[in-house]
Amino acid sequence: MELFDNHRKLFGTAALFFIVLTTLVAIMPAINNQENNAALPDAVPLSEDAIRGKALFVSNGCVGCHTQQVRNVDMDKVWGARPSLAADYADIHRTDFWRNTATLMGTERTGPDLTDIGTRQPGKEWHLVHLYNPRTVVRESIMPAYPWLFTIKKEPSASDIVVNVPAEYLNGQEGKVVATKDAMYLVAYLQSLKQVKLPDGETSPAFLYKREEKKTGDNAAGAMPDGQALFAANCQSCHQANGEGLQGAFPPLKGSSVVLGDNLEMYVDIIMNGYDARPEFGSMPAVGTNAGFTELEVAALINYERSSWGNDGKKVTPEEVKKIIDFLKLKVTK
Amino acid sequence: MQTKIFGKTASLIISFLVFGVIPVTARANPSDFSFHSSKTPVWIALLFTLLLLFIAIILKQRIVGVRKIYKKGRPGQQVDQLRKYTLGLNSRQIEKLIQYRQTNKNYVNSKGVTALLFLIFTIGLSMFSYSGANAQDVAKTANSSLLGEAGIWITVVLLLIPITAGVVLIFVKVNSVLNQQKNKYLTEEAEALAAHLRSLPEEEADALLKRRKAALDYRLTHNELSGNQRAEDEKGLLLIHDGVELPIVALKKKALQRPNIDPALSRLILWYLGCATFWLLFGTTVGEYVGVKFVAPDADHISWLSFGRLRPVHTNAVFWGWASLGMLGLGYYVVPRVSNTKLASMKKGWCALILINAAVLLGSICLMAGINNGGGEYREYIWPVMLLFGMGLLLTLENFIKTIATRTTKEIYISNWYIVSAIMFALVITIVAYVPYWQNGLGETIIQGYYMHQGVGMWFMLFTLGFVYYILPQQLNKPIYSYSLGILAFWTQILFYTTIGTHHFVFSSIPWWLQTVAIVGSAGMAIPVLAGTTNFLMTFKGAWYKVTDSYTLPFFLVGIIFYFTGSMQGTAEAFRSTNLMWHFTDFTTAHSHLTMYGIICFFIWAGVYAIIPRLTGKEAPQITVGMHFWLALIGLLFYTVPLMYGSTLKGLMWMEGKPFIESVVMMAPYWLWRAIGGSLMWLSHLVFAYNMYKMIANREVVDVQETAIQKLEENTAAIQPIA
Repeated sequence: MELFDNHRKLFGTAALFFIVLTTLVAIMPAINNQENNAALPDAVPLSEDAIRGKALFVSNGCVGCHTQQVRNVDMDKVWGARPSLAADYADIHRTDFWRNTATLMGTERTGPDLTDIGTRQPGKEWHLVHLYNPRTVVRESIMPAYPWLFTIKKEPSASDIVVNVPAEYLNGQEGKVVATKDAMYLVAYLQSLKQVKLPDGETSPAFLYKREEKKTGDNAAGAMPDGQALFAANCQSCHQANGEGLQGAFPPLKGSSVVLGDNLEMYVDIIMNGYDARPEFGSMPAVGTNAGFTELEVAALINYERSSWGNDGKKVTPEEVKKIIDFLKLKVTK
Repeated sequence: MQTKIFGKTASLIISFLVFGVIPVTARANPSDFSFHSSKTPVWIALLFTLLLLFIAIILKQRIVGVRKIYKKGRPGQQVDQLRKYTLGLNSRQIEKLIQYRQTNKNYVNSKGVTALLFLIFTIGLSMFSYSGANAQDVAKTANSSLLGEAGIWITVVLLLIPITAGVVLIFVKVNSVLNQQKNKYLTEEAEALAAHLRSLPEEEADALLKRRKAALDYRLTHNELSGNQRAEDEKGLLLIHDGVELPIVALKKKALQRPNIDPALSRLILWYLGCATFWLLFGTTVGEYVGVKFVAPDADHISWLSFGRLRPVHTNAVFWGWASLGMLGLGYYVVPRVSNTKLASMKKGWCALILINAAVLLGSICLMAGINNGGGEYREYIWPVMLLFGMGLLLTLENFIKTIATRTTKEIYISNWYIVSAIMFALVITIVAYVPYWQNGLGETIIQGYYMHQGVGMWFMLFTLGFVYYILPQQLNKPIYSYSLGILAFWTQILFYTTIGTHHFVFSSIPWWLQTVAIVGSAGMAIPVLAGTTNFLMTFKGAWYKVTDSYTLPFFLVGIIFYFTGSMQGTAEAFRSTNLMWHFTDFTTAHSHLTMYGIICFFIWAGVYAIIPRLTGKEAPQITVGMHFWLALIGLLFYTVPLMYGSTLKGLMWMEGKPFIESVVMMAPYWLWRAIGGSLMWLSHLVFAYNMYKMIANREVVDVQETAIQKLEENTAAIQPIA
């Protein structure tokens, strides 16, 4: 066959075939997507600090383990309130002439997804101590430590941001751990990672492949969620598995007056809407609201915290909690 | 022996893949497999019926066997049978018989055969019908609509247990009765034979038996063909061993010395392969360290060595350094050879080598210093670095096409289709992915999916297939099975592979239709993969025996096995239901090693061990080639199998909504296995580097014969002036 014996025709045909297919399945969809999407109206552009932080995020290869995409499948619900949309990435442009666009969607989730980390973990204290050495706060973590984003100072000045690192993680170094500017940039970037609200009237795409609900039986009390699992997923990284918190950063729940006290309203309020009343500790995010806790989950969590680490508090029922949650919602809307 | 082990490995892999898919299908249709399903009783009844059927068939077989023996014993056929028996006696038996006949001359009348017993048949048949009826009963009850309730079918199962036990017991009993009966018949027959032997006419029979015994006792003297003289190699064809010792490893065939390879081209190819080996060692040392960091995250606290920076150093060094240079080195051998001409330009070959090495060196340094392109996989080098690589490819493309243009064959051999296309396509994807003026927003993601997968499928896979189409038939010393299948695979690979890039972003915010196209394309990949696998395996047909005495063919065989399993696993991963479970987990890592290592690396090694001895005339020690092979293969399996298993569990945990950190804790042992497997793989690369050294290094060992001749020449030279 003439085509097969003429190298110009053969290789020309193969190249043309490949280029046409490339145009159809890659170049045209890519152009179409970059031209026809715009950022959501509520989206906040990255601050200058956050832009620098993003550059650090890129250069240290964080995307190798952390995705930034909430897929439209039920199992991704824990990473955001809605599936990510094309609009969420629309405002990300080429970094500069030398470096490509960094949507940082990622393909591996060795660590948690970071799409909404700014909502889940808004305080800088946790991020700083976690960056210095992740095992300080999450003992089982396999994330690398980033001590080169910090300096050790014998006598930090008043303007220095001191990080409360437990002595065992200092490797025998004397002095206080002080965050460098780079550390603060990176934290600024992480804090900026929040899912943007859809404009009013827009419905978000559904999460697919819903998990089958476990059979609840006749009475709701029989189907209490697992308090320990809820604690591990939502609270443990600050308050620690042993309930003792981290000195100078996160208060202990073991023997805590809030956990064991009579003011259930305040307790539920803190879980649902966060807390920042004590200057010696970092601020707590609205864990319950972010995660969309139901009264069943809050009750399970409270009962777990009240019965662990030697705590011996009164058990609560979902009904009691529901009343308070409804009341708190009313208060917020007012 | 080796093929057996290969077969076992293959079946291991295949069974893993199959078992890997089972939970997926189970998840896709939970109702079909649930124990609470109303179909369960049907399944149980079916199983029970099958059991009964099985027993019935076995019993029938046995009865038929006993009947045959009975028939043989009937008078008409008995005489024939006895003669057959007599002729079939072995030497020892004949000896005893002759002895007996000499000492004992009594004649005993033959005995008739006793009548038959039909009892056994009656029992057997009644068993058969009984069990058949029983099975139907159960099936009927199971199908009836009454049995929606779990309680009832549990009862049925409980009832079935003793019934089954009873059936099995009866089977055992009947079987032993049948056995007894059979032995009874056989004993009777033996008695008849003994009588027959006693009654044979005397002299004639003795002579006959003696002759038969002599025939049976005949043994070769083992020098019928060789004679008693010393071997002499008159035609220069034989290899005569004096005092052969037991070898440590099986002796394999030596590579054939081939003339006519331009020493300049040899040098170029050896440099390509040598540099490739360096990047293999470098890249996998980094990879090994990165793997260890999963188990020991605080191994160091140096920014240049942190996980996020080293991971792309590993992937890019093995991609663009090791595999690319290795393939190109083999390409420089194959392209001129199948064109039956000289390489167009040696100089461009050297330039390309320098450019590509520079790209990988600079790229690795940049990545460790924290300069990268934005995080897309295999696209971490910034464009100025990748430009060097692209220029290297461009030079090679020009060089190869010019070589092919001056070919002395009419047709372009299929290898050159694959190799030249691979380079063209690699250039296209690099340009598309790196032109620094576009890809905002999701454009980046769509191009990323396209780029990373075309890099794997259009560059590595296509090029590798290209040199396999030449070196494999050459090593088997027979033509490729089907040229047309090769052509089919070529065009379908382009058609389907080009579309599958975005299957790395299933469920993401890129357009749903594009994801679907990618999934369909992934399924379509079955065509080129099956065509290629069939072609290679059929080329082996009739030459399988060569595998045992070759040290290159095992590498090819592993490559082919993983070409099939690895590629089909890729297809399996692309479906939405499987993607749900495996995406984002370490399954991807396992898959990429199964393919890039199992296919590409094994094929390159096969090529290297086949080609270098032809260039240098030196071979690697067989024992270290064997070590390399087994360490790499076992290491790869230790690496991938636990990782696939663990990551499946991880995906399921995520789907169940377990806290994320629990999945991290769960993975710890599997990551440890990965590190162990990785260490074995790394060790195999050290052995490979040693083999490269043995094949290439110019070792100055005194060649006794050669030196003796030289000495003689020197002597004559010294004598001449005086004369």
